Amino acid sequence: MSNKDDRPDMKRREFIGKTVLAAGAASVAPGVLLTVAKAGGESRGVSSDVRYGLLIDTNKCADDCTACVDACNRENGIDLVERPKGQSDDDWNAQRPQWIRKVQLKDKQTGEITNLPMMCQHCEFPPCVDVCPTGASFKRADGIVMVDRHTCIGCRYCMMACPYKARSFIHQNVAQQLVNAPRGKGCVESCNLCVHRIDAGDMTTACQEACEKDGHQAIVFGDLKDPDSKLAKLLKTKSSRQIRADLELNTGVRYTNV
Amino acid sequence: MPRSTGIKRFAGMLMAGLFATLATSAQSDSVVTPGSKAAGMDTCVAPTAEMRRYHMEYLKHDRVETVRQGVRGLKNSLADCVDCHAAKDGNGGYLSINADGQFCDRCHNYMAVTLACFQCHRKTPADQDASSAKTSTGNQGHAFGLLLDRGESAALTAEERAQFQALVREE
Amino acid sequence: MKKTHYSELWCSSPRFWGGLTFLAFIILLGLGATYYMEHQGHWVTGMSNQVVWGLPHVFAIFMIVAASGALNVASIGSVFGGPMYKPLGRFSALLAIGLLAGGLMVLVLDLGRPDRLVVAMTTFNLKSIFTWNILLYTGFFVIVGLYIWTMIDRKVNKYYQVTGYLAFFWRLVLTTGTGSIFGFLVAREAYDAAILAPMFIIMSFSFGLAFFIITLISAYWWAGRTLGELRLAKLKHLLGVFVGAVLYFSMVYHLTNLYITQHHGVERFILLDGGVYSLMFWLGHVLIGSIIPLFLIYSPAFASSRFAIGAASVLVLMGGFLQLYVIVIGGQAFPMNMFPGKEVVTSEFLDGVVASYIPTTAEGLLGIAGIAVAMTMVAVGSRMLKVLPENLEDPKDLEHA
Ligand code: SF4
Ligand code: SF4
Repeated sequence: MSNKDDRPDMKRREFIGKTVLAAGAASVAPGVLLTVAKAGGESRGVSSDVRYGLLIDTNKCADDCTACVDACNRENGIDLVERPKGQSDDDWNAQRPQWIRKVQLKDKQTGEITNLPMMCQHCEFPPCVDVCPTGASFKRADGIVMVDRHTCIGCRYCMMACPYKARSFIHQNVAQQLVNAPRGKGCVESCNLCVHRIDAGDMTTACQEACEKDGHQAIVFGDLKDPDSKLAKLLKTKSSRQIRADLELNTGVRYTNV
Repeated sequence: MPRSTGIKRFAGMLMAGLFATLATSAQSDSVVTPGSKAAGMDTCVAPTAEMRRYHMEYLKHDRVETVRQGVRGLKNSLADCVDCHAAKDGNGGYLSINADGQFCDRCHNYMAVTLACFQCHRKTPADQDASSAKTSTGNQGHAFGLLLDRGESAALTAEERAQFQALVREE
Repeated sequence: MKKTHYSELWCSSPRFWGGLTFLAFIILLGLGATYYMEHQGHWVTGMSNQVVWGLPHVFAIFMIVAASGALNVASIGSVFGGPMYKPLGRFSALLAIGLLAGGLMVLVLDLGRPDRLVVAMTTFNLKSIFTWNILLYTGFFVIVGLYIWTMIDRKVNKYYQVTGYLAFFWRLVLTTGTGSIFGFLVAREAYDAAILAPMFIIMSFSFGLAFFIITLISAYWWAGRTLGELRLAKLKHLLGVFVGAVLYFSMVYHLTNLYITQHHGVERFILLDGGVYSLMFWLGHVLIGSIIPLFLIYSPAFASSRFAIGAASVLVLMGGFLQLYVIVIGGQAFPMNMFPGKEVVTSEFLDGVVASYIPTTAEGLLGIAGIAVAMTMVAVGSRMLKVLPENLEDPKDLEHA
């Protein structure tokens, strides 16, 4: 890039960035690019001291309850996605975004029925991140896997790679969004464990909240690395499993009684 | 990354000058949408001239931090742009900020610069009752801008500032 | 041996311009279809969250694979020193570039955000095999471009051998890379096989050569130049070997899969009850793409029939296309087995059922436009560069050839 470039001085920006990192967010000359939080803004940033995850007790997951799915759709503005005119039912089902879905299973031998919600499993070694050509799929320090829409080119390689079919491609124009869930045609997205809540210091996801409110308590959200968290304690006492454990992805979402 | 050619840069300077002229000669001729929250404020998160020129850089910088590192509530936030600059539609709602003739569109349209943000981002201030965790907390961030005198835009190089001021003075 | 003279393709104007206009028309249709798909979003295509890569990807992979194979003739000429092939080297390199460009165009135009191509070219995740493919493709253009240059320009001719080897090596890596795009998808049973990468290489030999034979015959027909019987016969026998090899590899691939109990489901699906996919496999890949062409190639009845050679090449391409369709789309349509031992009773997301994919016209038009781009590049290239020998009569001193 030429130095005739009509942009702020990058070197200076870098320098100042470093200074500020050292000094903490202080008030300095205006106009320079700093990471300045608004007073009262909750903004620590992520740390790898935590790893967020879920434990789902399939025994408690009720038969035709969709509270978690509905809550997710509301929380993340998925219910604002309009069905394009002229799209068939089948196509709408196969093409609309879904971050979380209910699945009912039947054991082939015993006939036992199991209900469970499926979503992005927030793999520790996420195949979607490995294959993404631009680095748009990434894992935050706290273990949440998400897509940076600003760099996603919509190649869908991540969808090919995900063993859980956890990702959705946005197949149509989207007119309405929530502030916390930007969404537009041509990018891929998936469950992000309600990242805006976590960043705001909230320790519950929309799905967990809804499940609890309905009295099922099938979903427990928490910090896998904190031995005192309810999640960690439960994992210690109950036998849980990862779906497709054979792939050794060390998922952040675990299930009991499957 | 947009690459600026000499001519574009020149046009940019001219535009900046033009706007600055407008802003200095007659305060009421501001491009800020009348009736928006911004209209009742002294200045944006940075001096107006600076915002005109560098808002995209500021937004880009802070968005990386927010998306990748989970740092929220930063000074430069697109949601705050919308909160302050969106105009009311007269029925208690808001007009989309990128709609024809609205705050973002007017300039982008004039400069023929694609406005891509709102392909994905929300175009109106969040509903009051929405259970959104993100709260836009008002004016604290603007203190930075208030400390400044007009023209004291530190992000311009000395040379650029001289040119810029010359343009303004010519008026 | 007589010295080979190369000259630009120069044919009567109406025929050439008519042909180009036709190609341009197809390209225009494809671009229109692309605009429609990108403007509306992918919901107007058959692709969905279940089958995420569709017909455009089959076209793109088909052409990219064939591109590397089209270079084969040049490689045989320079790396293995085949005098019968050497005069064809320039044209083969040109075809390779054209096919790759066409394939990449389709791939890019099917992105969700083609406008962010710059992002794709500047932000790399080096862990991704896709990224490596982007680098490999770019390198291919550069290297094959240099290769053509060393073949055409006497001044740089001394580097001919070096670039020849480099191009040969590069294209092997390139096809391995393309095959690995699938090889790395361990989650999908159909792709979870180490043999996929070498299979892609052998497929590239076969498709590339078939493309080469067809374009060569048509170019010489177009220009009214002579093409020796013997040379064609040589190409034909080479094609026979490659087609046989593809069939063999395909067999090994499915047989090994049958040994892995886990993969029985997907094998059953592809080979027996996959409906359209099984049909495509047996009728398309095996019969149309392999057995009939092999018959046309080796049957004494067609020993000197130019038509049989052309037909065999076309059939190889058709069969190859269907084979890729089965791999790419059949592999996605088969449900992923997330819960072994369980059967899915209900799911809002179509878990456990075979996903349906019905390609739309727009997708097809985009794919065909890719082929038209390749052909246009070859036509324009051979009109402007000295790539085609004026005369491809069989050499007199055959014994030493
Ligand atoms: S479940 Fe899928 S989308 Fe989520 S991290 Fe794992 S591979 Fe990625
Ligand atoms: S679709 Fe987006 S997130 Fe997924 S692999 Fe492609 S660029 Fe990455």
